[in-house]
Amino acid sequence: MSQSISLNTWSDALSGFNLGWFPLGLVIVAAVPLVFIALYALTYGVYGERKISAFMQDRLGPMEVGPWGLLQTLADILKLLQKEDIVPTAADKFLFVIGPLIMFVGSFLAFVVLPFGPAFIGADLNVGLFYAVGIVALEVVGILASGWGSNNKWALYGAVRSVAQIVSYEIPASIALLCGAMMAGTLSMQQFCVAQSGPYGFMHYYLFSNPIAWLPFLIYFIASLAETNRAPFDIPEAESELVAGFFTEYSGMKFAMFFLAEYGSMFMVSGIISIVFLGGWASPLPNIGSFALNTMTSGPAWGAFWIIMKGFFFIFVQMWLRWTLPRLRVDQLMYLCWKVLTPFAFVAFVLTAVWEIYK
Amino acid sequence: MNQLTLSIIFYVFAAVTVLSAAFVVFSKNVIYSAFALLFTFFGVAALYVFLSSDFIAVTQVVVYVGGILVLLLFGVMFTNTIMQTDLKTDVLHVVPGTILLLLMIAGMLYTFYTTGDWMPGDVQLQGSVVQRVGFETMSRYMLPFEMASIVLLVALLGAAFLARYDNAHKNEH
Repeated sequence: MSQSISLNTWSDALSGFNLGWFPLGLVIVAAVPLVFIALYALTYGVYGERKISAFMQDRLGPMEVGPWGLLQTLADILKLLQKEDIVPTAADKFLFVIGPLIMFVGSFLAFVVLPFGPAFIGADLNVGLFYAVGIVALEVVGILASGWGSNNKWALYGAVRSVAQIVSYEIPASIALLCGAMMAGTLSMQQFCVAQSGPYGFMHYYLFSNPIAWLPFLIYFIASLAETNRAPFDIPEAESELVAGFFTEYSGMKFAMFFLAEYGSMFMVSGIISIVFLGGWASPLPNIGSFALNTMTSGPAWGAFWIIMKGFFFIFVQMWLRWTLPRLRVDQLMYLCWKVLTPFAFVAFVLTAVWEIYK
Repeated sequence: MNQLTLSIIFYVFAAVTVLSAAFVVFSKNVIYSAFALLFTFFGVAALYVFLSSDFIAVTQVVVYVGGILVLLLFGVMFTNTIMQTDLKTDVLHVVPGTILLLLMIAGMLYTFYTTGDWMPGDVQLQGSVVQRVGFETMSRYMLPFEMASIVLLVALLGAAFLARYDNAHKNEH
């Protein structure tokens, strides 16, 4: 049924909707991912991570506020909102304020090309994947601004480490994604999903239909952990060395902004990996004979469900790794990037090219 | 999206580009200049989008924001006594500067008015831009492409040689 899916119907209809001269529909299209990030970061991001880490360490996690501690996040938000907005006297005020903003904007801009199902995407650019990889650069500048603006040596060290890490890991990540682009023959996020949808469900995913795809898949997953500063690559905020890295001096809502940006980019990299290697919004269930399970679970709403579930699965794996693995040293981090991941990414690139030519 | 909204968005981005570029030049603080450059690059990328060349726009962000700006910021931050030096932003050499400015404006206006109708390309773009760029680099522009790659390779080798941990040099001391 994949051919009959009409792409982008919801977002196209929305973007044509004007209220007088004011493009209300476009604002709504932009607001949907924003609301999604906020909701998911509050529920699954903060509360879920606390509970998951607690269960992994044989604790209970938050239990006091509300049943099973469900209202803990709300209490935290109230606390963050009421906090005094402190800007250190020695800090560079302008950069200190603008840092978290640039970082959040950079994280949020990538959501433009993330399809929430076949019917909804911010903008179906024909350079979608390239855009999603490239716009991360904005986040780097935000980190540098906040690290320098704090006027604190730990913050500056954290920022410099973070930027070195993100810039280095962009290389294996981009080559791994290039392998995916070679398999699909496109850079448009929607076309990736279309190419991997079909009546046999998960059998059409590149991870299962291509014998080499597991290598770029693994490389991109490891590199994406480093790009989002998640453990075991969280050396920019290593508590034992740098207090909290580039957000040492931040409190209140500015601190919350960093968290939103981090959770936003966590979902973004999970979304990219599920789109490129695991079919995005394509349903994983196969049609079994006349029992058309795949057809039943395809469509705009189901598509949104599948891509969000795939994203959440990878976020769960990220949390799992965070509470399982110890942190790497700085030199080990660079060794892993330049001497392990990058050569293997080149090998994966050549093998994928050979497979695509002779398959 | 109607024409009015489009022009409003265009002028917002044009203003961002020009004002931040002016800030880069006139600011007395190197760090502020470097960070203002972010908005200039970003505004230019947005203007590329208005020219329907989204590939160039994304490349602009990747190369200039992700590469050059970060390198620049690193350089500025690792330079000693960067906050103490007062940059010279006074007006010097007024007469030669004005002549140069007028000449440049005249040149641009001359080109703008003499190039009456812009030539449409003989190959009309169909489908993906990226695909077309790939075909062109691998066929018609093969030689410049390969030469650029050799230049980059030589630069990489040179950088690696300069930054190398020198064993023999270390033993002398």
